Amino acid sequence: MTLIFRIAALTSVVISALIVFTLVRGAIEFLRLVPLSGLIDDAKTPGWFPRRNRFDLPTVVLGTLIMSSIAMVVAVPLGLGTAIFLAEYASSRTRRIIKPIIEVLAGMPSVVVGYFALKFIAPELVANLFQPDKIQNMTAAGIGIGILIVPIMASISEDSLSAVPGALREASYGVGARKSATVIRVVLPAAVSGIVAAFIIAVSRAIGETMVATMAGGLDGSGARTSSPLDPGLSITAALTNAAGGSDQALVGAPVKVLFFLGLLLFVVTMGLNLIADKFVRRVRQKY
Amino acid sequence: MNDHNAATLAAVRSSSDPERNAVTEVDVAPTGPDPHAVFQAVDLSVYYGSFCAVRGANLAIAQHEITAFIGPSGCGKTTMLRCFNRMNDFIETVRVEGSVLYHGVDLYDPAVNSTEVRRRIGMVFQKPNPFPKSIYDNVAYGPRLGGVKKKAELDEIVERALKGAALWDEVKSRLKASGLGLSGGQQQRLCIARAIAVDPEVILMDEPCSALDPIATARIEDLMQEIKTKYTIVIVTHNMQQAARVSDKTAFFTTEVNTESDRRTGCLVEFGPTSTIFSKPNDERTEQYVTGRFG
Repeated sequence: MTLIFRIAALTSVVISALIVFTLVRGAIEFLRLVPLSGLIDDAKTPGWFPRRNRFDLPTVVLGTLIMSSIAMVVAVPLGLGTAIFLAEYASSRTRRIIKPIIEVLAGMPSVVVGYFALKFIAPELVANLFQPDKIQNMTAAGIGIGILIVPIMASISEDSLSAVPGALREASYGVGARKSATVIRVVLPAAVSGIVAAFIIAVSRAIGETMVATMAGGLDGSGARTSSPLDPGLSITAALTNAAGGSDQALVGAPVKVLFFLGLLLFVVTMGLNLIADKFVRRVRQKY
Repeated sequence: MNDHNAATLAAVRSSSDPERNAVTEVDVAPTGPDPHAVFQAVDLSVYYGSFCAVRGANLAIAQHEITAFIGPSGCGKTTMLRCFNRMNDFIETVRVEGSVLYHGVDLYDPAVNSTEVRRRIGMVFQKPNPFPKSIYDNVAYGPRLGGVKKKAELDEIVERALKGAALWDEVKSRLKASGLGLSGGQQQRLCIARAIAVDPEVILMDEPCSALDPIATARIEDLMQEIKTKYTIVIVTHNMQQAARVSDKTAFFTTEVNTESDRRTGCLVEFGPTSTIFSKPNDERTEQYVTGRFG
């Protein structure tokens, strides 16, 4: 019996190692074909055009950063606000109703949110609010990603707020603090490392989120470099999915190998963020 | 003293009054037989949902005295204490019947501002609970809420409160260090300093020494004797010797089993001068408890 479990555990480790190995090998092959200097396009209108062997890293990095930032602008106030409401204000009855709703949102397939971003957020919301040149743009995709990561922001923040001992709240009330002052001056500062962890994990999810960025970002695997959130844009993940699907599969050489390079980049960034977040979570646990 | 009481009443009653110390006419006459009492509980019952934790308690707490609440676990002494600064408000299911008069004003009157009540009636808890902030910020927390901003003024309040809690000499060189770095006894004195920094009239202490060693306990008891000239103190304690040592009056609570529901309800058995409670109590249950034959 033990053997079965041991094999299962070992297999997972081997698979992870194989993934990393494949990524690194592919990335090295890519860098043999395209030198590092080739990762910044020096054309007049630089951009990410893999079929033409133009791999402008700033295009996809900017796209990722813009969409993730918009996502965080949506997710931080909504997620943290929800967490504060649930942990500090909601009655146990209200909590019993709201928590499952948030969990449903957490389990929603991202393709559904992607479609929602494409068919509602972009034409109805963003188009009316900001009058962008193109209906599909990074703002709409960013808002969609934001909706998708609200639950993770809310639930980790709520855990860390709930971990603040009730004795600290009582101490605050005991010297005549109101509820709001207690939340702002005692509970939030005491929970700050958990909230920072929630933020970092949410950022890591936003960077890694694929479906919404691909569906609602407004580009089809290639596009010009832009720094305007109201332009269509390409995230690292969207560049990946597009390179992996459709007729691009028929290609050989750099346009294929770039997949490994982008995958490795994504892997390193999100793993780094998760490691940092883990440190913060541990700090919360140590304190109480 | 009457002026002070009048100011207290007026400020507690009007939550909209920004001038805390404004002396306005008191519009309610003190009720009950003891107008000089700081607190008077009149037929006070406290329920958690349908469960009655304390039934029909009556007692009056005098100024600048230490009143001890003693009794076995579950007798409602902490519940009763927490009515005196409306700390029970934060428990969803709690319901209070009867009244708690503070200088004649019912603390549970809807017009009473519970935040102001808690500023005037401070509390020290069972387990030392300093904020995860510096020693200075712990003590300055209450005054800052009250709107004190000037550094010099805060410095003075912090020093006075720490001296009042007999902690100043031990921490004056490291005010910026975390309050969590202090020993248990020091933390509890820090909590007392935090409570007296907002200049309350009453300090409620809920088993303040139960987490401390005997030496730290002795320091807190000495401190209580020092500060009782300025504050009225009500202390809940499991330790009968402590009640006998520090208090002027003692209230003995016990539990009564409801034969129908088989649930225990706390009730006040006897209240009087500490010497009487411990040497010649009127009630047999009190005698059994203080002589160690029960509880």
